[in-house]
Amino acid sequence: MNYAIETFSLRKEFGAKVAVADLTLNVQRGEVFGFLGPNGAGKTTSVKMLLGLVAPTSGDARVLNAPLGNVPVRAKIGFLPEHFRFQDWLNGREFLDLHARLYGMSSAKRQTSIGALLKRVDLQDAANRKLKEYSKGMLQRIGLAAALLNEPHLVFLDEPTSGLDPLGRLIVRDVIQELRAQGTAVFLNSHLLSEVEITCDRVAFVKNGRVVRETSMRETSNVTDVELIVKNSTPRLLRELEQFGKNVRQLNGSIHLETENETHIPEINRWLVAQGVDVYKIGAAKPSLEEMFLAVMGEDARAG
Amino acid sequence: MRGIFTISQLTIHEALRKRVLLAALLLGLAFLILFALGIYFMNRELIETSRGPETQAQRALVYIFLTMAGLYAVNFLMVMMAALLPVDTLSGEIRSGAIQSLVTKPLRRAEIVLGKWLGFWVILAGYLLLMGGGVLLIARLVSNITPPNIAVGLGLMLLEATLLLTISIAGGTRLSTLANGVLVFGLFGLAFLGGWIEQIGSLFQNETAHYIGIIASLLVPSESLWQLAAYNMQPSLMRDMTLTPFSPASVPSNMMIVWALGYILIVLLIGLWSFRTRDL
Ligand SMILES: Nc1ncnc2c1ncn2[C@@H]1O[C@H](COP(=O)(O)OP(=O)(O)O)[C@@H](O)[C@H]1O
Ligand SMILES: [Mg+2]
Repeated sequence: MNYAIETFSLRKEFGAKVAVADLTLNVQRGEVFGFLGPNGAGKTTSVKMLLGLVAPTSGDARVLNAPLGNVPVRAKIGFLPEHFRFQDWLNGREFLDLHARLYGMSSAKRQTSIGALLKRVDLQDAANRKLKEYSKGMLQRIGLAAALLNEPHLVFLDEPTSGLDPLGRLIVRDVIQELRAQGTAVFLNSHLLSEVEITCDRVAFVKNGRVVRETSMRETSNVTDVELIVKNSTPRLLRELEQFGKNVRQLNGSIHLETENETHIPEINRWLVAQGVDVYKIGAAKPSLEEMFLAVMGEDARAG
Repeated sequence: MRGIFTISQLTIHEALRKRVLLAALLLGLAFLILFALGIYFMNRELIETSRGPETQAQRALVYIFLTMAGLYAVNFLMVMMAALLPVDTLSGEIRSGAIQSLVTKPLRRAEIVLGKWLGFWVILAGYLLLMGGGVLLIARLVSNITPPNIAVGLGLMLLEATLLLTISIAGGTRLSTLANGVLVFGLFGLAFLGGWIEQIGSLFQNETAHYIGIIASLLVPSESLWQLAAYNMQPSLMRDMTLTPFSPASVPSNMMIVWALGYILIVLLIGLWSFRTRDL
């Protein structure tokens, strides 16, 4: 299989601090992959390792089939950094031209693609103003344009919507959808859940440097979340419930488990009764991305 | 290679756009005007007070002394420029994160360092040509005298600036801007002080002071390069006087040039390695 990104147990420590514990994941070519998690989860560090900005402490990865640190492959990669600080003494057009030259693009190619991208991110009117005078949202949009100059096969967007108003977010969403249509893979870091993240093909939730959950956005609709309220729940009961589904856990006084087959629900009921357990409630719901997101984010989501 | 030149251009463009060069040029211009006025009025006075042919040689010495004083000041301006212009270029961009958008382009990290180095080198060479050339031209216009070996002298001054530039670039790969500035000026100060200790030591034939100076000049050969430049640019009569600040009692050997070249290469390689291996 020809992946856009493959990582094998990537790990990064900064002194005693483990920023990324053990990252193993694949992103397919042309796939929009959401890497979601609270601040400090290790998202930026992961992307930096994939881009060769930060050397992993251990583990390995391949990006567009090239080993980490490969230089030529970067001609096919776009990157919007999280704390985008650019050459702010340049104006918008000069900035894009500089980055296009760094990609080694010919002068004719630069001309056409810069014009088109300025239009795409709605900055034609600001093209001759210095980046110094740009608002945060404008900077983010010019950064997005810079990440797309080279018609990349893979684009890393680190928190692309954090500084944007709703209109700006819609631009990002549409750009991502266009990239998908062109077969460009997108690796999207985010601690938010907005209309942008919902467009991902697949998402991984990260917390404390680990992927705690990975799910295809198409698959999610098959999964049913079963909620049980019983009188005496024991660890043994939880263990035995695993025959009906996965991810059995206790949450706020009720038991949750996930099943891909709704016929399990009456079976669970019968089994519980046969075990002599008093059932107070049995319910089923499709977990939404929001619920998974909240489950991962915990307190962080409410604070933000 | 393409990457190096793009980064050099960017570096020069930035210096122009941020008006750093404008400030340096205005300062330089003010200095040249001051120098021109000084040497002009000095000349008028000399012509009035000394007429005989026997004073001709003395007058020439005064002009050369004045020219050397002018070049000494240019040397200081060059030191300042070489140390300060690049002091923030890497450390500042690393701190702000702007470097990330360069390093993720299809160019080697070495190309970024070398590109910046080359960009500043071109600026320094241009500035030296302008300022050194200005002093020499003014002196020639007023007195019709030009010191000997000016190509060698200016070349050595450029080598000194290159050395400080290289330290400043290499330091910026790991140090904060402030720490880097302290490092470069500290090293320059060490060399400067060492140079004078060496001169005074050899004047009074104090071996210890002499060796302290030599060690300092090996640690940082910047001051020796200026001394060598000054030595080359004055006529033998003036060299023998040993009393002017430009006539070294102990002339650095030409090996110092080889050492300086090797030094620059080593510091540059350390800088390249240090930048290549760090997290950004
Ligand atoms: N250069 C660094 N030195 C020390 N700690 C760091 C460094 N970069 C990141 N960290 C720490 O690693 C953790 C992960 O950071 P980061 O990857 O930026 O998370 P995220 O992008 O998910 O918010 C955080 O706790 C952060 O403080
Ligand atoms: Mg981050």
